[in-house]
Amino acid sequence: MQKRKERVDRGIKARSEDVFAISSWREMLYLSGPRLLPVAGFIVLPLILGIYWQKVLLSVAVFALLAISWDMLAQSSMVSLGQALFFGMGAYCSGIMNHYWGVPPLISIPIAAVAGAVICTILLLPVLRLRGVYFSMVTLIIPLMLERIIEATKIFGGTEGLSGLDPFPSRWVELYVVLAALLAALFGFRRLMTSDYGLVLRAINDNDRSVMNAGINIYWFKAQALFISSAIGAFAGAFMTHVYMFVGMPVFALDYSILPIAAAIVGGPGSMAGATLGAFILVPLSEVLRGAGGLRIVFYGMLLVVFIVALPEGIFHFVQRKYHQFERWVAVE
Amino acid sequence: MLLGTIVYAVINSVILALTAIGFNLTFGISGVANFAYGAFYILAAFATWILMNSLGLPYLLSAVLSILFSAFLGAVMYRVVLLRVRGQVLSEVIATFGIGLAILELFRYLGFVGIEYSLPVFIDESFLIGGVYVDMQRILIVLCSVALIILLWVFIHHTSMGLAFRGIAQDERTALTFGMDADWIATLSVSLGAGLAAIAATIIVPLGTISVGQGYDVLLNALAVSIIGGLGSTGGVIVASFLVGFAQRFTDSYIGSHWTLIVSLVAILLVLVIKPSGLYGKQKELEERI
Repeated sequence: MQKRKERVDRGIKARSEDVFAISSWREMLYLSGPRLLPVAGFIVLPLILGIYWQKVLLSVAVFALLAISWDMLAQSSMVSLGQALFFGMGAYCSGIMNHYWGVPPLISIPIAAVAGAVICTILLLPVLRLRGVYFSMVTLIIPLMLERIIEATKIFGGTEGLSGLDPFPSRWVELYVVLAALLAALFGFRRLMTSDYGLVLRAINDNDRSVMNAGINIYWFKAQALFISSAIGAFAGAFMTHVYMFVGMPVFALDYSILPIAAAIVGGPGSMAGATLGAFILVPLSEVLRGAGGLRIVFYGMLLVVFIVALPEGIFHFVQRKYHQFERWVAVE
Repeated sequence: MLLGTIVYAVINSVILALTAIGFNLTFGISGVANFAYGAFYILAAFATWILMNSLGLPYLLSAVLSILFSAFLGAVMYRVVLLRVRGQVLSEVIATFGIGLAILELFRYLGFVGIEYSLPVFIDESFLIGGVYVDMQRILIVLCSVALIILLWVFIHHTSMGLAFRGIAQDERTALTFGMDADWIATLSVSLGAGLAAIAATIIVPLGTISVGQGYDVLLNALAVSIIGGLGSTGGVIVASFLVGFAQRFTDSYIGSHWTLIVSLVAILLVLVIKPSGLYGKQKELEERI
């Protein structure tokens, strides 16, 4: 007798979908639990971790922001291979403002986020008229070329970079600033992508021509998505600049491009929560693997391939399905 | 000075064309953007080095073996990984990028860094052309590239396999109804691209040392030239490499060496603004440019 696997929604999912969600604490917890967990986690974790793991949490949050920014772009049909461009632009904008004009970090970071995003959007504007792999190619090229250009022309400190930038007032401020930004990005962009605006962006990914048929200027929407996404990336870069108190060529390095992609793919492409989850798995893992040195990038590369081929939905969607549904074997008639 | 610059610009252009042609061919035939291209280049160079220095094989034999090995690996990559995500551009790009990164960084981790990793030049002589000395290796690069491009042209236009390649490139579904195995042709195209990367490596690498960073440079150059020339158009690649090659060499001689990269970046952005599908990307213009 042949059998097949059947997936059925859990009773509690059906009950909590409607107004019946308020029928009992259990249903309410079922709905709010997965959402409250990251919020509570972000508030409590800094208090219980030591200084070393606080730093790790900091880079988790930064990479999660970059992964969210990547995912947002990917959901609007633009697959970037160079998040380092956004990161580096933000970092340099903030570093220059602080180093040459003495702007304090808490002002220079938001300005750098916007300024960096504007520069990135203008740089990538010509590519938006094309689809397919062009965007990936150009985003891969630009940060690597910028790195060489800075090295060759020796602008903004050249290979030495700009050091001695102002730090944050205290490590608690820096930690909670970035965690608050991560929470805002996570829930804000999740909400944005499910709104009508996000629907247009996702529709461009599914079928751009039918969106054009609907009389919508897709280039304008793509440019907006690019701006929003690069603003998050630039924020992460500007933030990191003041944590390290240094900005230099490494901000355009391949690490800042590959780790966010790996995080988004492993965590689950197509959802902001997946990107965050991916960063929460990969960054501590890479801390543990610190001894392996250069082997870490090899590991990320292989992880990308394995997940793309074997579990393209990513961990988040896998867990989400298990949470909402149960599976059973039924006979095939 | 001027004549010398022109001679070196021609050589530079030919090198660019040679490194880009495999990437472009693969994309033109099967639509797979092989981001592991630079990794295959470096892999072939190191494979040749290992065969020569560890096993003591002669240069020609080890070069041929590593070219075959690289082509074989390309085919394996397609059958094992790409076949499962075929048609999903996003996944193809990320998978090949991941593979390329893993190969390159593995070499870096294993300690393949240093000046001793270099291949010997074929013939150690140099000639005086137009007032500058040009070594034999550079002349050989030009000759080999011309021969290779003619060979490829004959292969694509005058064999039944080439006809199948062109058929798949034009319209995969119609080609399927004529009994062509699209997966098999795509496997061959990726393998051919990897093999061409290896050929380029064995000819070009004797000019300098083998370094992992070159893998990224080769990929960057291949991408830049392909974007400017129009993805999938071999004629476009040749024209674009001459454009970029001349522009780079002339800025190098007359403005300053650190402006060469800016030239190619500006060239890419300008071409994308003026003619988004590239100079000769006509065939795919409607498809790529929405």
